[in-house]
Amino acid sequence: METDLNSQDRKDLDKFIKFFALKTVQVIVQARLGEKICTRSSSSPTGSDWFNLAIKDIPEVTHEAKKALAGQLPAVGRSMCVEISLKTSEGDSMELEIWCLEMNEKCDKEIKVSYAVYNRLSLLLKSLLAITRVTPAYRLSRKQGHEYVILYRIYFGDVQLNGLGEGFQTVRVGTVGTPVGTITLSCAYRINLAFMSTRHFERTPPIMGIIIDHFVDRPYPSSSPMHPCNYRTTGEDTGVTCPSVEDSQEVCATSFSTSPPSQCVLTATKALSQTPAPVVTDTLRVPTAGLAFSHQLSSSRLPYQPAALGAGSADLAHPVVFAAGLNATHPHQLMVPGKEGGVPLGPSQPAHGAQADQERLATYTPSDGAHCAATPSSSEDAETVSNGSEGRASPHDVLETIFVRKVGAFVNKPINQVTLTSLDIPFAMFAPKTLELEDADPMGSLHSDGSSGGSSGHTQDDFVMIDFKPAFSKDDILPMDLGTFYREFQNPPQLSSLSLDIGAQSMAEDLDSLPEKLAAHEKNVREFDAFVETLQ
Amino acid sequence: MPAHPTLERTPSRVAPGWGEAPPSLLWSLTSAWATDCKMNCRSEVLEVSVEGRQVEEAMLAVLHTVLLHRSTGKFHYKKEGTYSIGTVGTQDVDCDFIDFTYVRVSSEELDRALRKVVGEFRDALRNSGGDGLGQMSLEFYQKKKSRWPFSDECIPWEVWTVKVHVVALATEQERQICREKVGEKLCEKIINIVEVMNRHEYLPKMPTQSEVDNVFDTGLRDVQPYLYKISFQITDALGSSVTTTMRRLIKDTLAL
Repeated sequence: METDLNSQDRKDLDKFIKFFALKTVQVIVQARLGEKICTRSSSSPTGSDWFNLAIKDIPEVTHEAKKALAGQLPAVGRSMCVEISLKTSEGDSMELEIWCLEMNEKCDKEIKVSYAVYNRLSLLLKSLLAITRVTPAYRLSRKQGHEYVILYRIYFGDVQLNGLGEGFQTVRVGTVGTPVGTITLSCAYRINLAFMSTRHFERTPPIMGIIIDHFVDRPYPSSSPMHPCNYRTTGEDTGVTCPSVEDSQEVCATSFSTSPPSQCVLTATKALSQTPAPVVTDTLRVPTAGLAFSHQLSSSRLPYQPAALGAGSADLAHPVVFAAGLNATHPHQLMVPGKEGGVPLGPSQPAHGAQADQERLATYTPSDGAHCAATPSSSEDAETVSNGSEGRASPHDVLETIFVRKVGAFVNKPINQVTLTSLDIPFAMFAPKTLELEDADPMGSLHSDGSSGGSSGHTQDDFVMIDFKPAFSKDDILPMDLGTFYREFQNPPQLSSLSLDIGAQSMAEDLDSLPEKLAAHEKNVREFDAFVETLQ
Repeated sequence: MPAHPTLERTPSRVAPGWGEAPPSLLWSLTSAWATDCKMNCRSEVLEVSVEGRQVEEAMLAVLHTVLLHRSTGKFHYKKEGTYSIGTVGTQDVDCDFIDFTYVRVSSEELDRALRKVVGEFRDALRNSGGDGLGQMSLEFYQKKKSRWPFSDECIPWEVWTVKVHVVALATEQERQICREKVGEKLCEKIINIVEVMNRHEYLPKMPTQSEVDNVFDTGLRDVQPYLYKISFQITDALGSSVTTTMRRLIKDTLAL
């Protein structure tokens, strides 16, 4: 049994399994971000690349994974599962895949932990890299953005395959035998979609209808997790710090020996206050403020609730469930899993989540309406990340829902949209509603207030900012592409003439002064006529 | 001594050390030798049917997927017989003519080498004018030093053969369907490859510093695949090599 394994080996094995689990989650989630992944090979070992593979660590994902694991390791009966689901603009969601990392009791006593197990885990990760591009959900995730987004959820415990519909298929990525059990990595995926063209979805009335329509864009190519993942803004400032953050900095430098296995030397050192290799993370986070923020945007849909999933998912887990777009107009879609084959395992968000949301709404007066109004033409077709990009400035509330809705199709009127038609000013409709703001900025400018802007839009349910990916806009040389540029400069400041105070006053003044001006012009009519004649 | 992969235009040589035997002799003896030589060698065969312009990408997808699993980071030997391993990066490659994305090792040198031989294969297929049947073989081998005057033996331990059937399509609609179908087929092939890889069957033992070049290709800058060879054949419907094509290729080579 385990007495055969000496304590050093046991410790190493536990560490390998833990980091393997974390890396597995990273690979899966990154494969569903909707973008191509590229990491560099390095001939000299950096010591922080587990399993000799350059796999970036998205901090939020690591955090979620660690939280789900809660200090435990996958063991018999306790599997780590990553659920990938799709959510449409109208709030319908559907589970696409469940990736399971399981352990069974079949032990391989002969195998050497520090050598063979490590290498086989590395091979298994490579296989995972290959397989994640091969399941139907990959192509869906590459096309996400306009009609739907891809979400992930990590849980620990029993695998729940109810939401995958009938006839789901499984693919085994691989197994690695260890002295304490055999690790198996597999994926169960829905196949109904395989019959649908990945280019569009048919609108089917019942539950699984996936609707294509013009939609908001996802801000950051995150598979918006079904739980808010913006624990920190761009940097590390606020937000929840990872517990035992030193784990992530453990150096995995292993030395291998070519001498007989019994003399294997394993040196895994712990680097104490060493910053994790930053290189890889940065490249994934496109280095623009707007984008980095939008990751936060997309993920922080709803209050973070450690609510138990309706499907009875393990209480062990923290199934941070993404609340399907709640909003005044679209009732929350809570689907009970298991009833029918086709019913997706809907994110069960208890109602109070929504209410909390709504309450939070009340405190912020979204300038959504105003903002949109101020730039009517621009936001029509574009994704308005506008408010989103500002939300970053409001870091304090992790639970803040920063929703941005695109003005255009599927846009509901903001709940508290107020028309100022009562004010007798031309274009009063477009005037920013400073008067209505509870936390009116003394400056009177609404446009991209960090705090207020950030919260706007969550009056509306749904949509979340999807990544704006203009065609042919990528430039490998510059980090900033058209999409980024667009997003960054999407919040132009309000035109001063449209700001209510100044606008109202100046317009009123203008109106008053009109008669005088007219009189003056009439006096000089002859001069003007002469001038005009000279032009002809 | 960098062990660069030998890109072979001549019919696939399973038996190194035969020197430059005349092609016909090689061909007739190949099958017999192959049986002996491959006794302990794992052999996997994959088949794909693709349109002409998809040949390259389909082959690259398969070859890169296999090499992804059969490459490690660069070894750095330290004293006492220990070594550390570099890091292998990966990148996604989208196919232009197939609805498919594959993962390859981030190594431009390796990519170039594969593209070169796959390009030659594609050209050979195109020029063969035959039924559009061909196959590529990716063979992993170990070198075994022999005493002079015998040259080193190459002992294969794993051979991947990809048989290709090129179809010609008439309409754009068919081509579009083909894009998707071939994409799905390649997905299945990748799953097959991964299945084989995860059986954890024989792999060469990790070599000492002096032996590393007998097991790995240490000539690349950033990654270290196992020693491999890629070769291809254009076959006719019967599965045997097309003599005329090979002769033409050899003549062209000599004519340079």
